[in-house]
Amino acid sequence: MPAGGRAEATQRAGAGQAAAVATSALTKRFGDRVAYEEVTLEVHEGEVFGLLGPNGAGKTTLVRTLTTLVAPSAGHATVAGLAVTEANALAIRKRVGVMPETPGLYLRLSVEDNLRCFAELRELPDAAAEVRRVLEVVGMTGRARDPCGALSKGLRQRVSLARALLGSPSVLFLDEPTSGLDPGATREVLALVDELRQGGATVVLTTHRLEEAERLCDRVAILATRLRRVGRPGELRRRLFGAALTLRTAGPLADPGALLGGVPGVQRWRASAPSTYHLEVDDPRHAAPALVRALVAAGADVLELTEERHSLEDVYLQLVSKEDARR
Amino acid sequence: MNLRRVRAVARKELLDLRRNGNVVSAMAILPAVFVVEPLIQAFTLTSRAALALHHDHVLLYLLAVPSLVPATLASYTVVGERTQGTLEPLLSAPVRRDELVLGKALAVLVPSVLVSYLLFGLYLTVVELFAKPQVVSTVVQAPDVAVQLVFTPLLVAWSTWVGMAISARAKDLRAASQLAIVASLPTVAVTLLVAFAIVPSGLKVALGFGIGLFVLDRVGWRVVTGLLDPERLVTGIR
Ligand SMILES: Nc1ncnc2c1ncn2[C@@H]1O[C@H](COP(=O)(O)OP(=O)(O)O)[C@@H](O)[C@H]1O
Ligand SMILES: [Mg+2]
Repeated sequence: MPAGGRAEATQRAGAGQAAAVATSALTKRFGDRVAYEEVTLEVHEGEVFGLLGPNGAGKTTLVRTLTTLVAPSAGHATVAGLAVTEANALAIRKRVGVMPETPGLYLRLSVEDNLRCFAELRELPDAAAEVRRVLEVVGMTGRARDPCGALSKGLRQRVSLARALLGSPSVLFLDEPTSGLDPGATREVLALVDELRQGGATVVLTTHRLEEAERLCDRVAILATRLRRVGRPGELRRRLFGAALTLRTAGPLADPGALLGGVPGVQRWRASAPSTYHLEVDDPRHAAPALVRALVAAGADVLELTEERHSLEDVYLQLVSKEDARR
Repeated sequence: MNLRRVRAVARKELLDLRRNGNVVSAMAILPAVFVVEPLIQAFTLTSRAALALHHDHVLLYLLAVPSLVPATLASYTVVGERTQGTLEPLLSAPVRRDELVLGKALAVLVPSVLVSYLLFGLYLTVVELFAKPQVVSTVVQAPDVAVQLVFTPLLVAWSTWVGMAISARAKDLRAASQLAIVASLPTVAVTLLVAFAIVPSGLKVALGFGIGLFVLDRVGWRVVTGLLDPERLVTGIR
């Protein structure tokens, strides 16, 4: 991984629009059971892309398809510039790194021996040096000789991440990297992913934890068998809920209709409590100052004016419940 | 076929097997059982009884070791990884299916052939040194020694493929190892029938068996490679 740091990371969002992963109408069925269907998406180079969805949404199966373990039933996909086909399987596997849902380490073997095997399979010129490098990245240099069976869950997860990093693959797939970890270990793994992101890695990350997606991902796709939405976490929030302000005044406004309705950018308003108002606005950055000016001019005492923040959780619940209502 | 990758698989497989207590004890106990019996026989046999046995091929008893031991070892190779959860990363690695199969098979073949030869050598040495001359001439017949040497690797290979095929299909370790023993019995039975001279022996019969086994070994390799279908193994559809 290049030692790029933050400067590079900030440029990253706009740069590198080439697709690291692209799928079109990708579908996988097991008999008449649908794992995922009609998935069309694009992951850009250098972005951290989140696949967010409840259990059984098809996240793992999708990752397995993109890493050539499970053949799609229909549709088309490319990964790291190669079409996902049986013939390209070996070449794709050389270009991607996978951290599966469970670490899958040989518990009787040392950390080093575990990684050594996979470094050799990737035909890296200096396997031993590469093993040392990835251990350094995940901060496990001191544990190289320990048998994996003696490691905690969090440390095993780190070894699994180290294994995925062998040979600096161009796309990393992390399937629920923090599942089953305690909060401390979760924080450590997320910090590692964040470091990778700073270094400009392309990462596809699946999770059912919203705060995780929100914290780590440049863009998020909400998957529940079908793709529901794709976008930046903040964008998804706005698209679904619009922006809103909450206003609290010292006493009830004399004529809220004339006052609030007259402020440019305010779409709709309602009183949610005697001196509390809920306003839907186009853009809070323009509406809020205008609103304050209007209130001050009208002699109202403003106690509080805040932007209502919907979490990605709200977005998600809204999408999933809409889906349930439709069924 | 990339030999570096085959070696990487075989190496990790050997490291793992070596540290597996169950496998090591099976590897130690099973062969011992099959050597002790012929040894006891060699030392309790009277010269007269030995003469009566001259048409038998007592040595061929020892072929039970290469017929049985590899299958029990090999029965671990796929289902062992599956239950440990290590199969998915391995199958996602840049390694071809035939390389994976060969690497795993070598980790069973090499120690099995070594153990079989070692036991055979041990048995011959002990008998030559300590048994009655009449018994030695009955037990140690040159053609039998040759058959033993040639058939050991052939039987080891066959037994390995049987064990791996079972392992690729089995749901758990115990079922796999039990089934592997059962599936090896026909081979053991055939060698015993030859040993007891119930099936007539001779150069032609030996050649027939040899060629037959060789062909079966090639087929076995193919079949096992086919059974190692990542999608089926990882998603658990049968
Ligand atoms: N081998 C299989 N046979 C039948 N259905 C399967 C199989 N594997 C997965 N599925 C189904 O596909 C769906 C998606 O599973 P999965 O990809 O594991 O979801 P997630 O990782 O999002 O929890 C689930 O409904 C699951 O039951
Ligand atoms: Mg999953």
